[in-house]
Amino acid sequence: MAALTWILSNFWALLVIALVLLVGLRIAWRIHKYGATRAEFSHILRRSPFYIVVLVFCFFAVSPFLIMFLHTFKTDGDLYRRPQPFIFRQEPTIEHLDALFNNTAYLDFIRNSIVVGVAVVIITLVLSLPAAYALARLTGRWGERAGILMFLVYLLPPTLLFIPMFRIVVLLGLKDSPLALIVVYPTFTVPFSMWLLQGFFKAVPPELEEAALVDGYNRVEAFLRVVLPLSLPGIISTVVFTFTLTLHEFIYGLVFIADTRQRTLSVGVPTELILGDVYFWQPLLAAALIIAIPVGLAYNLFLDSLVQGFTMGAVKG
Amino acid sequence: MASLALPSFPLDNRRVVGILFLAPALIYILLLVGFPFLLAIAFGFSDVTVGNTDLSFVGLRNFEAVWENDIFRQVFATTIRFTLISQVFILLFANILAIIFTQEFTGKWFARFIFILPWATPVSLAMIGWLWMLDTKYSPIDYLLLQTGFLGPGGHLSNDRNLFWLASPDLAQISVIFVQVWRMTPLATVILMAGLSSIPTDILDQAEVDGSRFMRTLLMIKLPLILPIMVIALLFSMITMFGDMTVVYVLTRGGPVDYTRVLGLYSFQVGIEGGNLAQGAAISLFAFPLLLAMAIFMLRAASRAEVR
Repeated sequence: MAALTWILSNFWALLVIALVLLVGLRIAWRIHKYGATRAEFSHILRRSPFYIVVLVFCFFAVSPFLIMFLHTFKTDGDLYRRPQPFIFRQEPTIEHLDALFNNTAYLDFIRNSIVVGVAVVIITLVLSLPAAYALARLTGRWGERAGILMFLVYLLPPTLLFIPMFRIVVLLGLKDSPLALIVVYPTFTVPFSMWLLQGFFKAVPPELEEAALVDGYNRVEAFLRVVLPLSLPGIISTVVFTFTLTLHEFIYGLVFIADTRQRTLSVGVPTELILGDVYFWQPLLAAALIIAIPVGLAYNLFLDSLVQGFTMGAVKG
Repeated sequence: MASLALPSFPLDNRRVVGILFLAPALIYILLLVGFPFLLAIAFGFSDVTVGNTDLSFVGLRNFEAVWENDIFRQVFATTIRFTLISQVFILLFANILAIIFTQEFTGKWFARFIFILPWATPVSLAMIGWLWMLDTKYSPIDYLLLQTGFLGPGGHLSNDRNLFWLASPDLAQISVIFVQVWRMTPLATVILMAGLSSIPTDILDQAEVDGSRFMRTLLMIKLPLILPIMVIALLFSMITMFGDMTVVYVLTRGGPVDYTRVLGLYSFQVGIEGGNLAQGAAISLFAFPLLLAMAIFMLRAASRAEVR
């Protein structure tokens, strides 16, 4: 706690020091490696505008998240006393984090989101793994058309379908149940993951399957034992992005579920942590940041894989 | 080789297996997208409300009522305006960023993490951050402007201590567009990165051998080659944005007055909050021909631009 207080109180100074230190070390390392020559200095000079552009973009991207981070730890007095949003005038506190987890339905939202996400991922994989393989390898012309149809379905926005979907959900007796989301979310996760998986399957050399066929496997076995294991990295990244798609979805979640305890994160946080005109700012901002960081890390980790799948799916589609 | 004993012949047939593999996904999608879609059209031609659930046919009445409604026309125009204006900035920034992130540089991993955050964060949660950034009283942006003399008594922008980002018509629209650009640029960037990394390296090597400099390679080789992908990126972000209601739902609820109300939000407000399912469905159906035209036009353009 003392360490946290110290970091937060000196946040901007620490940020600047860290940045200067990183840049300095990097330059020092280059000079150590290539020598303090004129060419080296001119290289560093020529390169610096590039880094400045990167920094400017990074600043725009990250500014609300920095504010979220700082404000999570502000006392009410510090937050609402104008004007001083960037530094701590009063001792930082974790009481709002405490309140978020203990006095609100935040943990319920997290649980619901995980239940919905995992169930949707399983349904999506069961449906889209074979379908994507069929599109990549088995079907010719009509398969291609089916693929384009799927792509067009993915482009239908939920705002077009939520009203009839809502009626269907009510008729099925699924209103206010996460089950409604589990049934409906595959309508956009399946086309998305089919498209991605198709790219990964195309990257598997066909010779390997043919060898398996010659060895006496049938098509299904060749798919299960040769293609699936070889595309595992792609399948894992499809799982990650499918899960986050369900985490992002807002409209269906808002329309289908009115019961607070059954809501998912994306709907629950902005609708339930605001009571009328009263915004619980610190818990709100904390709730958003706590989800943003792990999802951001997952995206970054699997981005190369996504780009690869997208390239194969789109360029050779 | 236990499988040889099974009647494995059908499973060896490409066609049969292909149909078997594709069918479950196709049926699921056709049932759960196709049926609601037809229902949406049926709703549009009926007088269904939350209270009255029988579908009696009323012809084009809903569509006429919607089309003659001044609010709808304004909403429709706002949606198109927001979508088009934001695309200009998204494409511009995405091109710059895609070029940056397909190069190697120090700190790339961390920079990429930061720049991806706006896209990775669930939209509604990211909007909470912006709701605070643009707050009427406590906006940190206003604070910075106040400190630098742009706001406050004698300020360059206003004598007030605040700009009232989400409460003044012009600034609210600018804010919504800015936030949309902020959150959708990474998606377009990733799609463009896919395009840039799919350019065969021998073309680039040859250009280097021929003495082509960075800008020349970029303008004469890379950009023309990724044009089809750029069209796809545009298609994705236009359609995402056209159908989005989350941003305005959290930030402004369409206000002040109607200045930031977009089609999706309006259809939600009429259909769900107002309980008039038929008109809500009719409102969102107006988006469909436009979306379809956009998709077909862009896919055509993309395949025509294909260099191969």
